[in-house]
Formats: sequence, C-alpha cells, structure tokens
Amino acid sequence: MAFLKKVGFFWGGIVVSLVIFAVVQFLLSNGTLDLFYENTLVYMAINIILAVSLHLIIGITGQFSIGHAGFLAVGAYASAIITMKLELPFPLALLVGGIVAALAGFVIGFPSLRLRGDYLAIATLGFGEIVRIAFLNVDYVGGASGMMVEHFTTWPWVFGCMLVTILVILNFTRSTHGRACISIREDETAADAMGINTTYYKVLAFMIGAFFAGVAGGLFAHNFYIIQPSNFGFLKSFDILIFVVLGGLGSLSGAVISAILLTVISAFLQDYPETRMIIYSLVLIIVMLYRPRGLMGTKEITSLFSRKKKSKGGAKDGQSETVA
Amino acid sequence: MLSIEDVQVFYGNIRALEGVSLHVKQGEIVTLIGANGAGKSTLLKTVSGLLKPKKGRVLLEGKEIGGKAAQLIVKKGISHVPEGRRVFANMTVEENLQLGAYLRKDKEGLKQDYEKVYSLFPRLLERLKQQAGTLSGGEQQMLAMGRALMAKPRLLLLDEPSMGLAPLLVKTIFRIIEEINQAGTTILLVEQNAHLALSIAQRAYVMETGRIVLSGTSDELTSSDQVKMAYLGGH
Repeated sequence: MAFLKKVGFFWGGIVVSLVIFAVVQFLLSNGTLDLFYENTLVYMAINIILAVSLHLIIGITGQFSIGHAGFLAVGAYASAIITMKLELPFPLALLVGGIVAALAGFVIGFPSLRLRGDYLAIATLGFGEIVRIAFLNVDYVGGASGMMVEHFTTWPWVFGCMLVTILVILNFTRSTHGRACISIREDETAADAMGINTTYYKVLAFMIGAFFAGVAGGLFAHNFYIIQPSNFGFLKSFDILIFVVLGGLGSLSGAVISAILLTVISAFLQDYPETRMIIYSLVLIIVMLYRPRGLMGTKEITSLFSRKKKSKGGAKDGQSETVA
Repeated sequence: MLSIEDVQVFYGNIRALEGVSLHVKQGEIVTLIGANGAGKSTLLKTVSGLLKPKKGRVLLEGKEIGGKAAQLIVKKGISHVPEGRRVFANMTVEENLQLGAYLRKDKEGLKQDYEKVYSLFPRLLERLKQQAGTLSGGEQQMLAMGRALMAKPRLLLLDEPSMGLAPLLVKTIFRIIEEINQAGTTILLVEQNAHLALSIAQRAYVMETGRIVLSGTSDELTSSDQVKMAYLGGH
C-alpha cells in the first residue's frame, strides 16, 4: 500500500510536470507568453536546479557550503569553452560543464570536508572567490570583460535538465546512500560508529551537488549571451543559499518552491529598481519570522496529502509522556 | 577476544591514555569503572576506531585493529553505543535501526535480527514510525542499543548506558544487557555506577587519569577497600 502510494506520487509528479511543460511550451510557441516570460521561466528553472543541488549538500548531508556560485562558474566557463572555442555541440557542453564542476567539487571537497560548520562555510566561500578571481585573470576566457556565448538554452532544455536534477536527487535521497547522508547531518560521530564511511558520502554528495550546479552553469552561460566573472560573486552563492534556507533545510520541495517564489518576486520587482532590494529583503525577513524553519520545515509537499489520516506516532492511549 | 596492549591516545598534546592494557574474553561482561575524565570513553572510542592510538596495539582475535577506520571495525564485529546515546533525532525509530544494519547484506539474517531487537525492546516496536528525538531518555538508550545490535556485533561496547536515567529504568536496561550477553554477545561496559556495573560483570578494571589502577573479578573488586572507598561509597 505504502509502496503503491510512493509509485503513485512518483508517476503523478512526472505527469504533472509534463503537463506543466506542455502547457508552457504551447503558450510560448503561440506567443501568449512573450520573451520576458520565457526568460523568467528559464531563469526560474536554472534557479531550481541550483537550489536542489545545494539542498543535497546542505539540507540532506548537512555540510554548510556557501561557495555554490563557484561550481556554477566552473560549469558556465567549461561549457562555454566547449561550444565557443572547440565548437562542439551544446548537450556535450552541458555534460562537460557538470563533470568539470564535479571534479572541482572533489578537489575542494576532499580536503575541506573534514572541517565542520562555520569553518567549512569559510573554506567554501574562499573557494568561490578563488574561482571568480581565477577567471578574472585568464585571458583565454576574456578576463574581466567576459566571454561571448551563443544563445542555445531553450525552455525544453532547461526543463529537461531541471526534471533530471530533481529525479536524481530525489532518488538518491531515498536510497540507502541518502539515508547515510542524512545520518551524517544528524550526528556525524554516531554515523561513523554505525560503520558509515562519512568522508566518502560527504565528498559524494558534494560532487553530485557540484555536478548539477555545473549543468546549471552551462544553461546559464548559453542563456545570457555573455558571461563575466562578476556574475559569480559570493552574492550569487548567498542567493542560492537563501533558496535552500527559506524553503526549509532538508526539504526538496521547499527548495523548489522558494526558488520559484523568489525568482518571480525578483522578476516583477525589476520595474521598481529603487525599492527592489528592500522589498526582497522584507520578504525574507517576514518569512523567517513567521516560518523560522523555512517554508516547508523538513517536510515534503507529498506529506501534505499522505499523512492526514495518521497522527505521527505517540502513545495511542492518550498518554503523551511515558516513563520509558 | 579483545586485547589492548599498552595503548596511548592523545588529544592534541594531552595524553588521555597513558599506556592501557586490558583484555576481554569471549562471552564475558567486562566493566571499566572510574571517575569522570579517567579515559574510559576514550578507550572505547579507540577500540571502535573513532580515535587512533598513538602507541600500543588493539587486537581483535589476534588481529590488529588499532587505528583502522571505524567502518572496517564495525564490519569485523564490534559495535559501539556511544555516550549520550546519539540517536539520529530527526529520523524515525525504524530508520535508526536500518542505519545500524547499514553494512549488512544478508536479508534473512536481518529479518531475524529485527525480530530479536523488537523482542528485547518491545517499546521500540510500538514507536517504529516516531521520530527518535521525541523518545524519552530511556527509549533513546534502548534505540541506541538496538541500533548497535542491528550490526550483529560479536563484541558490544556500551558507554554509560545508565546516564541520566531513572533508577527503575536503569535496572531494566541492565537486565537487558545481561540478556544480550546470554544470547552470545561479549560486552565491554563503561559505567560510573560502579555498584550496578560490578553486579552484572564477571571482571572489572578500574581506571584513574588514563591508567588502569586495579583489576580483578567483580567479587574481588566489590570487596576491595580501595574500590569501596572511592566508588561504592562504603566504609
């Protein structure tokens, strides 16, 4: 029964997302949604990929990384080099962007993941800045003036990549590997004592997260005609971090919802440039005041439908506290 | 089964274990008693691979395990119930137990062991879907022990199972420890409640500031003046 339900949610989710895709595709092709909307939608999907990939690192594995823009940058430049310098096809560029970012994730993750909490945050922040400064000084990719990139990113591409990202990370989270990652978040020493290779899983989660951030980088690069190191400053890392925290640490659907919400808010606030950041910040403050654990807490959106009948555990005879 | 030979462990520059030797025979309950900071927990962590010895050897059935990674040691049959229980608070009881069995692949044996754990701790079965963090202290201790048993250990390391529990509950936990032992698991028990620990153990070691100062059978130690004075509050 529970299995049927899970399968039901899985296929239900696929069907719903395909319907959303088809409707948007239809509206785009007959011109109801103009270029502004298309851009916003593409940007939204890229943000979702970033949010979900960081969710795996912070929300599931509990490694507080704030250098995600670094992986985005690595993916963006790597894929841009593939299409513009080597003139290879776009799909390959996305893949290479992901792989190079994952390698960067390994290189930075392996030494720094032995750090915990604040220290890891500072190390990853440093990594993000190093990546930015490095691209700033490499003439091959245009230095500070940036690199011209052709426009390849279309709605079907971003939507496909987004769906794959969500499915892979969702399945990973639900597997034994995912459970091992969550146990690291909960208590690393205890996870060690259970025989879980904590270093392996931390690095693995870091690499998977970095891979999808790199793919997002590829999509990002081929959407805006030009990429510059200044696109990938630490403020970009904080933007992604905000998606995850606002959605609720540990909730994938929370990360998706807050990525959608914040993209929409910031897109529509573009008409009010002088008050934009004030309103944006106010939204963040208000949400955190009223939902301190994020929009979704640690729950997933599916639990809103499936858990209604059953109260969560507890003694049945009305005793809420027990001795043993 | 387990023998520790002249083990030294450091925290930075501070020597926490100053050359400790002890042994545990198959089927025994051996207890390690001593005051706070004597190095009891440090010794357990060294055996289970959470800390690395700087000197000395840790042998499991004659094979060196000192300094090996924790997951290899779990595989070799040593499970550690850490001090303060350390259950995975935001996961359900069931998921906690599944993580205990993380390294195991034998499905049939697993099923039996779940049953075994549920019969030892019926309370856990009642609360399978409940988040571990919402359990009472005693239930969390049971879960921590059940979780360790799911790895099917031959040697179980228990670190202060009585800590922070009501006296009645402590008795229950200790009765269960004896049951686990009778079912064939060797136990190394670290405990501050010396009286209780000596009552179920066959042999005991007394630790003070990183050294073993006394050892013998439980009866010998219970009647030793030195132990009486220091740990049993007797005259």
